[in-house]
Amino acid sequence: MHAPPPQPKKRLLRLRLNGRWREDAVAEQALLVDYLRDVVHLTGVKTGCDGGECGACTVLVDGEAVPSCITLAVRCEGRDVETIEGLATQGRLNRLQRAFHEKLGAQCGFCTPGMIMAAEALLRRNPKPSDEDIRSALSGNLCRCTGYVKIIESVHAAAESTP
Amino acid sequence: MTAAPNQVSAKKRPGVPLIDGVDKVTGKARYTADLDHADALVGRIFRSPFSHADIVRLDVSKARALDGVVTVVTGDDCPHTYGVLPIAMNEYPLARGRVRYRGEPVAAVAAVDAETAERALALIDFEVKQLAAYYTSEAARAPDAVLLHDNKPGNVERDVHHEFGDVRQGFADADLVREERFDCAEINHAQIEPHASLAEYDPAIGRLTVQTVSQVGYYLHLMIAQCLDMDSSRIRMIKPFIGGGFGARVEALNFEIITALLARASAGKVMMQLTREETFITHRARPQTDIRLKLGIRKDGRLTACECEVVQRGGAYAGYGIITILYAGALLQGLYDIPAVKYDGYRVYANLPPCGAMRGHGSVDTRHAFECLLDRMARALGLDPFAVRRANLLHAPMRTLNDLTVNSYGLDECLDIVERASGWRERLGKLPPGKGLGMACSHYVSGAAKPIHRTGEPHAVVNLKLDFDGGVTALTGAADIGQGSSTMVAIAVAETLDISLDRIRVVAADTAVTPKDNGAYSSRITFMVGNAAIDAAKKLKAILVAAAARKLEARAEDIECVGETFRVGSGDQSTLPFADVVAAALVDEGAITVKGTFTTPPDAQGGKHRGGAVGSTMGFSYAAQVVEVSIDDASGLVSVDKVWVALDCGHAINPLAVEGQIEGSVWMGMGQAMCEETRYLDGLPAHASLLEYRMPTIAESPPIETYIVESHDPYGPFGAKEASEGALAGFPPALVNAIANAIGLDLNELPVTPDRVMEALVQRRRQARLAKTATKTVKAAS
Repeated sequence: MHAPPPQPKKRLLRLRLNGRWREDAVAEQALLVDYLRDVVHLTGVKTGCDGGECGACTVLVDGEAVPSCITLAVRCEGRDVETIEGLATQGRLNRLQRAFHEKLGAQCGFCTPGMIMAAEALLRRNPKPSDEDIRSALSGNLCRCTGYVKIIESVHAAAESTP
Repeated sequence: MTAAPNQVSAKKRPGVPLIDGVDKVTGKARYTADLDHADALVGRIFRSPFSHADIVRLDVSKARALDGVVTVVTGDDCPHTYGVLPIAMNEYPLARGRVRYRGEPVAAVAAVDAETAERALALIDFEVKQLAAYYTSEAARAPDAVLLHDNKPGNVERDVHHEFGDVRQGFADADLVREERFDCAEINHAQIEPHASLAEYDPAIGRLTVQTVSQVGYYLHLMIAQCLDMDSSRIRMIKPFIGGGFGARVEALNFEIITALLARASAGKVMMQLTREETFITHRARPQTDIRLKLGIRKDGRLTACECEVVQRGGAYAGYGIITILYAGALLQGLYDIPAVKYDGYRVYANLPPCGAMRGHGSVDTRHAFECLLDRMARALGLDPFAVRRANLLHAPMRTLNDLTVNSYGLDECLDIVERASGWRERLGKLPPGKGLGMACSHYVSGAAKPIHRTGEPHAVVNLKLDFDGGVTALTGAADIGQGSSTMVAIAVAETLDISLDRIRVVAADTAVTPKDNGAYSSRITFMVGNAAIDAAKKLKAILVAAAARKLEARAEDIECVGETFRVGSGDQSTLPFADVVAAALVDEGAITVKGTFTTPPDAQGGKHRGGAVGSTMGFSYAAQVVEVSIDDASGLVSVDKVWVALDCGHAINPLAVEGQIEGSVWMGMGQAMCEETRYLDGLPAHASLLEYRMPTIAESPPIETYIVESHDPYGPFGAKEASEGALAGFPPALVNAIANAIGLDLNELPVTPDRVMEALVQRRRQARLAKTATKTVKAAS
C-alpha cells in the first residue's frame, strides 16, 4: 500500500479568476501555471519551456501580463487573474481572438493563448499601438510558426475593431 | 486514382481561416499535455550521463521497490529496434548493451506522482565502461575510431556517389571555375509545444490507445506494434492538437514507444511530458553539415558543371539519415538547368543525439552553399545576381539529369516579382553604408513520389461520409500540425461539391477511424491528400447528381449543381435544394461512404540509380527572395530590415494559409541564418533551453512581403503544389549575399552570429594592414 506523500504546507488562496471569486487550498510553492492547469483545469494556459523562456503561459494578473510558470500561485491572493478562457463573453470572441482567428495570427495555436493575453494587456493600456509597441510588448512570447507577420497584423486589426 | 492531368482551376479563392482556429484562440484546443490525465501515472525517463559506453550493470531494483513506483522498464523489456527505413532500424527505445549519446534513454519509471518518479530515477544504479566518444564528423571518421555500429566501417552510415552528365567536360567548358567550403551549424525545430505522450493499456481487452504529438501516427502505430510485439489491430493512435512539428515528429520517437511500454507494464494509463531540455535531446533535426562545392560557369552566366561533397554529422543512430544525405545531393537539381552534376555525400555517426528531418529536409545547407557561390561567381564575372539565375532556368515539363520530373515551373515569375517589389535595379549599390541587398532561389518537393514503405497502397486515401443530417464528414489520416491541412481538405471537398464549407466536418488522424495516411512530412498533404479528397468528392457528387436526376426525372448529364442547388440545365423550373437531394440519395442506400485515392505513376518515382527515389516528386514549389540587411561593423550585429519573397505553389487553395506558410518558412530560414545553433560540450547540450537556443523574437523579425505565384501544376489538386518548405532554403544565402553586398565580406559559416561577423571583419582589417605595411616596405626598398 502506497503511503500518502508528505504534504507540502498549504494555504487558502482566494482570488478572482476570470471574473469569479474562488478559494482553493494551494501548496505554498505551487506555481500559478500548475494551479491553473491542474486544479482549475484551465488548460488554455500552456507550458512550453522549463521556466520563463517562451511566454506560452502568459496570463493577466491585475491586468498585467505575467508568465504564470515563474509566478507563485499564492502571490495572487486577492488579485484579479485572467486567462484565455475568460476572454470570450457568452461565446462571443473577444476582438483579439477574432482577429487572430481571421488573420491567421495562430497556426499551430500553442503560443496563441499567451500571445493573445500579452496583446490584451497591451491594448488595454495602449489602444492604438504602433508596430514597435507591439514588437516590444510581445517580445517575451515566442512563436515558431508565423514569423510574427500575421501576429502583428492581428493585433493591429483588433486595435482597429470595436472591443 | 493515379495522378493524371487535372482540370486546373483559375478561380481566385479568398483566404479561409482555419476550421479549427476558434478552438485555438479560445484555449479550448486540447494538446497532448491538456488531455485528461488525472488518473494517469507519471512517466519519467532515466537518461545516460555518458556519451559512449558499454553498459556493465543496470540495477533498477531499488527504484522498483520505492513506494509509489508502479513499474520500471529497461532495454530488457524491448528487444526490438525501431527506425524509419526498414533497412536502417538500429535504435532501441531503451538502450541495450551500449549507450551512444548523452541523454539516451536507458530506463523509465511510472509512478503515482512526479516527485516519486523522480526519486525513483535517482535510485537507479548505472555502471558502464566508457568508450572513446566523437563529437565531430572528422573525429568519428578517423581510421582508428571506435565504431558506433559494428556494421558501419569508418562510422559512415551511408556514402552516396552520383554523377550525371560529363562533369570534367563541363568544367573544361567553363569561363570561371571556383570551389569553396561552407559549414552550417546543427539546428533544432524548437516547436513551442514540448514533447508529450499519453498511453493507456487495458489488460482486460488487450488494447492500447496512444495519444501523442506525432506527425506520423501511422508509422508510430507500426513501430509500437513492432516494439511491443502487439497485434497491430489492438492499437489505436489518436492525434490531439499538435503544437508545431517542422519535422521534429516525423518518425516514431523513443519517448512515445517508452510511454506505451510503461502503460502496458503498469496495466494502466501513463502520461509522459518531456521537459524542454529533453525535447531538445530527442532532437531529430538538421545536422551540422560541411560542404565543398565547385561550380563552373560561362561568361554569359550559364552553369556548365557542379561538383559537391557533403558531410553530415548525423548523431548516434540512423533515423532519417540515409534520406537526408540523398536529398542533399538530389535537390542540387530541379531548380536550375545544370549540364553535369557530381555528388559525394557522407552521413556520419557521432556520439550526439540523432539528427533527422527538418523543414526543407536535406536541401537547405547545400542550397545555401550553391546560392552563395553562384552569387560570388556572378560578381566576379560582372553579372547581376538575377541575370545569372535567369540564364539557367528550366523549361517544364522536363526531367532532370537525375530523373526528377518537373511538371510546372514558376521561378521566372518569382524572380520578376521580387526584383520589382524590392526595387532591386534602382536600389542595388545605392544604399547607405552598412546596408545591402541579397537574393537567392530555392525549391522543394510536394511529397515524395515514392513512399518509405513500398506496400503498393495508394499514397493517400480520403473517405467521405454523407448521412441524414446533410453534413459531409471527411475522414483523413493526414495530421494537421498547425499548417492547416484539415482546412485544405475541407476546402477541396466543399469546392468540388460546390457546397458550403460549413457543411464539411474533418475527422483527422485517428487510426481506428480514419484511413491510413503516411503523415505530415515532405510537404505531401496538399498535393496527395488534396487530390484524394477531390477524387472522393467527385464520386460523391456523381451519386448526388444521379439522385437529383432520378428525382427531377432528367438525365444525369443534364443536371447542374450550383451552390447547393441542383437543377436541370440552366432552367429555374426544376430545382432541388441540397437537403432533398441528400434524402433522395439515401433512399435504399442509407449513409453514403465514398473513397478517393491518389497514387503517383511509376515514371514520376525517380531514377533507377541507387537512392534515385529520393527527391522525386510530382511537383516542385519554387521561390525567390530578396533580403535587405543592416550591419553594425562595431558590433558585428546583423539586422534584417525587410524580406520580399515570391513562391510558386501552383495554385493557392487557401491563400491565407499559403501566406502564413511562406512567412513562417522564410522566418525559420532567418533563424538558421542568423542565430540558431545547437552546441554540445563533451556531448552535453549547451543549448537546451529557449533562452540558450536563440531564435528570433518578434522584436528582431522583419516585415516579410509575400507574393504567391500560380504556375498551375497539371497534376496538383486545382493545380496546387506545396507552400510550406520551398521558401526556407533561400533565406540563408540571400542574407549572406546581402552582407557581401553591404560590407564586402563573404561568409562561409552559418549562423552569421555577431562573433563570426566580427572575426571576419577583424581578419579583413588585419589583412589590409599587412598589405599596407607590405606596400610601404616595397616602396621603402625601392
